[in-house]
Amino acid sequence: MTRLLQYVVAGLTTGSLYALVALGIALLYRSSRVLNFAHGDLATFATFVAFTLLLGALPFGVAVGASLAAAALLGAAFFFFILRPAKESTLLGRIVITLGFALLLSGTMQLVWGSETQRFPFPLSDAPVLQFRGVVVSQMGLGTIVAGVVLMALMYVLVQRTRVGLAMRAVAQNAGAAQALGIPARRIYALTWGLASALGGAAGVLLAPAVYLDPYMMLDPFLKGFAGAVLGGMDSLPGAVLGGFLLGVAETVFAGFVSFKFKTTLAFGIILLVLLVRPEGLLGREYHRRV
Amino acid sequence: MATNLLERYEDDLFLVKGAAGWSALAVLLFALATFPFTLPRLGLSYLLFIAILMAANVTVAVGLNLLVGYTGLISLGHAGFVAIGAYASGLLTARLGLPWPVAWAGAALISALFGFLVGLPALRLTGPYLTVATLGFGIAVYQVLTNWTELSGGRMGLPVPQLSLGLAGLSGTQQLYYVAVGTAVALTWIGYNLARSHIGRAFVAIRDSDIAAEVTGVNLTWYKTLSFALSAGYAGVAGAIVAQALRHLEPQAFTFLESITYFAMIVIGGLGTISGAVIGAALLTLLPHYLSGFKQWLPIIYGAVIILMMAIEPTGLYGRWVRVKRYFKAWPL
Repeated sequence: MTRLLQYVVAGLTTGSLYALVALGIALLYRSSRVLNFAHGDLATFATFVAFTLLLGALPFGVAVGASLAAAALLGAAFFFFILRPAKESTLLGRIVITLGFALLLSGTMQLVWGSETQRFPFPLSDAPVLQFRGVVVSQMGLGTIVAGVVLMALMYVLVQRTRVGLAMRAVAQNAGAAQALGIPARRIYALTWGLASALGGAAGVLLAPAVYLDPYMMLDPFLKGFAGAVLGGMDSLPGAVLGGFLLGVAETVFAGFVSFKFKTTLAFGIILLVLLVRPEGLLGREYHRRV
Repeated sequence: MATNLLERYEDDLFLVKGAAGWSALAVLLFALATFPFTLPRLGLSYLLFIAILMAANVTVAVGLNLLVGYTGLISLGHAGFVAIGAYASGLLTARLGLPWPVAWAGAALISALFGFLVGLPALRLTGPYLTVATLGFGIAVYQVLTNWTELSGGRMGLPVPQLSLGLAGLSGTQQLYYVAVGTAVALTWIGYNLARSHIGRAFVAIRDSDIAAEVTGVNLTWYKTLSFALSAGYAGVAGAIVAQALRHLEPQAFTFLESITYFAMIVIGGLGTISGAVIGAALLTLLPHYLSGFKQWLPIIYGAVIILMMAIEPTGLYGRWVRVKRYFKAWPL
């Protein structure tokens, strides 16, 4: 029982990272139906920026804030200068463009920061802070969960309680109608891209101390985040968060009790299962398509 | 300039049109047939090996383009199918001692079966869902091969016995060249014919609008899974070629980067055309060899070229070539 609880706690830590990634993916998918393959690489980019700034002896908060802003800018710039002006942009074409951007970005990072792994300095350590009947919560685990939950709560307030959030929801629902009502749809899209990239960047910064920093660091969390978003429902932001957490817990428990080697295969299996049984995800609305 | 007037619809469907087309085809086939003798004489024997790899890549790209370009179902896990084909052919020859044609057919069938299985969820998934499911499939195959050492030979790798046509006058590489290039040419020809048959048209209808296709009588279940199985079967044969070319299989040869490279081939060559797949595969096999000094630049080049292609010329190099040809046909208008 203690072992199970311990795995669940560890799973919540990983799950909060997956949830952050899933939230960014769902945010973009909901507004433009584009799956952003560069999501993971934008996150890695933010982490590398933070890493460089920290090496320059900047305070941790400033470095992380600046790196998230850099990721947001890059994401928004990608939308504005590459994705939007693309000719004959079918959905397939736009997805392929994000794939190209992912390659470009990861290649550039490899060139700039090298492909060898780096240790990411982080103010929190592995020291245990909470102990409850043998279940240990480390400083870093707690920090990750708290940071993740705070970011998600901020996101919720932004989307549900502000005018900008209202505009985002309007554009996501029907861009043409929103534009006709005077909402600057393109700027809202760019903002959505920026926000999603910053969320991914936060996940990257939180993940970096647990694994070593390298240009392909976010590939696996990106896939898991996507699996989480599918599990919870790509259309629904709370669904994406729930899916991320569920996947994190399921994966850690699976790795602990069944097989560590095949834990990545589990995420793939979950995607297939969800899509076969309930394609709209746990919290997603059933969607209808038209010709 | 004399223009040949098309009088019947069938005229437009001919794969090779006019004397120019036939002579170009003859020259190409002749060159392919004589390469094993001319290249070593020019001191370019290593190009023979590259030609074998090119044959494998052309086969994958043609199959992948049937899936992505024609049917509109994105797969980012084709390295997984190639790996399945490679290991299937390797295991069938090495462990069961089957003759290579049987093993190759087995590789194609086993890979196609996996394609069918991956294609089943494709019936429910569109766009990004499917893309990630295939991406996950590619990674899952890699992980299973890495971890299941009884199957893949673990760190030692899996040695593959050399194939033989029983022709004494030819070296091993020359024999493999003929088998590989012959297979690739045959499969490309089959690809051209598939694309212009009712199957190809059903694929295109699904790509353009699957609901409309279903309403007009295209059986989505059958054609989507068929597209996946065909594409995976092509990749399986390519895997058998790769297994023979490397002679020693390791899971590291079939990573995510390979899947991306296959994808880049068809985007650069031209989505939705068989010729585009061939051009893209040939280009992306040769390019890394001449740019080996800039290895770390390759992802950047691929990425930038994919973005540029999609932004400027979504029909790829082949689409550009067709446009240039049309321009000169009407010249000086």
